[in-house]
Amino acid sequence: MIRGRVVSPREIEKGMPMTMNRRRALLVGAALTVSLLAAGCGSSGDGGPGGGSGEAAKPAGVSDADVTNALNTGGSITVWAWEPTLKQVVADFQARYPKVKVSLVNAGTGNDQYIALQNAIKAGSGVPDVAQVEYYALSQFALGKSITDLNAFGAGELDGTFTPGPWSSVRVGDAVYGLPMDSGPMALFYNKEVFDKHDIQVPATWEEYAAAAEKLHRADPEAYITSDTGDAGFTTSMIWQAGGKPYTVDGTSVGIDFGDAGTRRFTAMWQKLIDAELLSPVTGWTDAWYKGLGDGTIATLVIGAWMPANLESGVKAAAGKWRVAPMPQWEAGGRATAENGGSSLAIPEAAANKALAYAFVKYAAVDEGVRARVDGGAFPATTAQLQDSAWRDKEFPYFDGQKVNQVLADSAGKVVTGWSYLPFQVYANSVFNDTAGKAYNSDTTLADGLKAWQDASAEYGREQGFTMK
Amino acid sequence: MVTQGRSGAWNHRERPPRRRRSWAGWRFVGPFMAVFALVFLAPIAYSVYLSLFRTRLIGGTAFVGAENYVKALQDPRFWSAFGRVAAFLAVQVPIMLFLALLVALAIDSGRLYGSAFFRISVFLPYAVPAIVATLMWGFMYGTRFGLIGNLNETFGVTLPDPLSPELILASIGNIVTWEFVGYNMLIMYSALRVVNHSLYEAAEIDGAGQLRVIWSIKLPALRGTLVIATIFSIIGSFQLFNEPSILRTLAPNSVTTYFTPNLYAYSLSFSGQQFNYSATVAIVMGVITMVIAYVVQLRGIRKAS
Repeated sequence: MIRGRVVSPREIEKGMPMTMNRRRALLVGAALTVSLLAAGCGSSGDGGPGGGSGEAAKPAGVSDADVTNALNTGGSITVWAWEPTLKQVVADFQARYPKVKVSLVNAGTGNDQYIALQNAIKAGSGVPDVAQVEYYALSQFALGKSITDLNAFGAGELDGTFTPGPWSSVRVGDAVYGLPMDSGPMALFYNKEVFDKHDIQVPATWEEYAAAAEKLHRADPEAYITSDTGDAGFTTSMIWQAGGKPYTVDGTSVGIDFGDAGTRRFTAMWQKLIDAELLSPVTGWTDAWYKGLGDGTIATLVIGAWMPANLESGVKAAAGKWRVAPMPQWEAGGRATAENGGSSLAIPEAAANKALAYAFVKYAAVDEGVRARVDGGAFPATTAQLQDSAWRDKEFPYFDGQKVNQVLADSAGKVVTGWSYLPFQVYANSVFNDTAGKAYNSDTTLADGLKAWQDASAEYGREQGFTMK
Repeated sequence: MVTQGRSGAWNHRERPPRRRRSWAGWRFVGPFMAVFALVFLAPIAYSVYLSLFRTRLIGGTAFVGAENYVKALQDPRFWSAFGRVAAFLAVQVPIMLFLALLVALAIDSGRLYGSAFFRISVFLPYAVPAIVATLMWGFMYGTRFGLIGNLNETFGVTLPDPLSPELILASIGNIVTWEFVGYNMLIMYSALRVVNHSLYEAAEIDGAGQLRVIWSIKLPALRGTLVIATIFSIIGSFQLFNEPSILRTLAPNSVTTYFTPNLYAYSLSFSGQQFNYSATVAIVMGVITMVIAYVVQLRGIRKAS
């Protein structure tokens, strides 16, 4: 279900304790370096990557002066986002630039916010200066020319700052429509207690995964390897890892083909699990799902790197039982992963104060803001942060001391390139369960279900004036 | 004074120039009409206006005349949604009204011990917001951790899944019945309360039994009320939205985005940005509802007279 990915960031509730907030505010107020900041927060390690320099906004080119000017002159901007760690970023930013007033508004999560944003853009009033937009939804806004190409502010020079997956997600052609805020390289989260109890090895390939699914369910009919009732985000990510490229987008010319080799690879394997009823029929992000994750009846999750914070806050019952392993591979020894979720910060074309907006976006996505967000439990999209040894070596008590970030950061570097979403993915995902969902509760096969999804998406594309190949 | 008196008399005699009187009337009706126009007519007019255009992601907005209407009338999704609520109407509404009638008659019979308690407890579900009621029932319908799951576990049986595509409509019917029996009961009960008790005394003197009293006095007295309750229920069925919309999060494969006409209009508008077509679907459905409600009303009135 789409909702899952959409809701998840909201559930990252690992906020900073209040004392830490206050200390941090004081420190930032004193304009100290990031290393001191880190020490003050009790997490060791040297300066964060982007945050290494004390200066927040350092855009290149013509607009450099504009942005600095904007910061010095001050002003106010409105940020629409639901991601909880941004709260801290806003506080830090305002402390750093006292003349700037940032109002952070939660205008809804995911689709709800896009609706509000689209309406505001259409109405031409009440448009925020910065908006959080998930990667899969970005091109829809880019296409409508409702968000700004950040090349004007020198965003193009940030090439290499971000991991390839998120960086390619914010770019359409040469244009850069947002700065990556977090990312979701996939990994295998598994309940070690359940695996040990039934003597199951951590699967390295999908073949082993399917075998584990069978072994587990046979040993305990209540237990399933994972749950799936049809989730557009999960399905596309799985196809992505399998090397499928069902969507080809060239401007307004769009192709959809769920018949390619990568897609077939995924459907063949997953169909076996569906047919043998090895998937728990529990819909993601429901109460029953959380309960299943807690009591061992849902033994694994193949999901984005933002999951640890969700497990910690939502599945307290299983503290110490879960571990993280690399995503199972299609070939033994393979090194392929995919992205699952994640969002960017974009600047609407109708924003009133773009220079200041960009200063904030850069602060949150590249500079000091990254540190604050990562400390709050977000998974970064910046390469420097991913290579930061203090961050990588952090031990997670929930995962019984496992250095989870190492596994997740490795996954980030192996994301298969060349994937693209539809310019109307928001709509397509909304009809996934009307079409492909039938594979989970009727005789329809997953391949046929995806074909129906393809047809429904193509029909919409045609109606919206795209050239469908 | 004199002038006034004379002019009054003159008015009375010769049919007055009506202007003054009609303005006074408008002043009374004016506030209502203003609000009515603002919150009722304007949205409808705007919907109609919207339905004549088409906005695309590529190519912008264009006037398309009746094209959206032609499309709606040929849209299999729309008709499948309509068929679903029509089936719902045909099955759920009679059951609900029959149950409401039974309860109303039972409470009105005066033979029930603690009728005030029954009256309030049957009515209580109506006071529960539909969203809460659906969440509650959705939990009970759960085959793993809900009531159904517990029953399965306790008795070692496998009950059918109420949230499966085959049963979901019946499950929604159950929720709606639970919610609205009390409401309809109250309408009928209040109609029964105004029946002149001398009729009952007369019936008793004539030796009529309770069933005969129900058949010959109470039901005829309820006819008008039943017509009204039916019309409300028809409108309610065609506007079915909350229950499927909430259950969708629990059973996304059973409740499609075009499960009911309202849900379809909602999805078109909010996930597909197809405001124009969404307005069209809403208008077409509104017209159909009006026509059916009107036909029922006509028939009801004709029978009554």
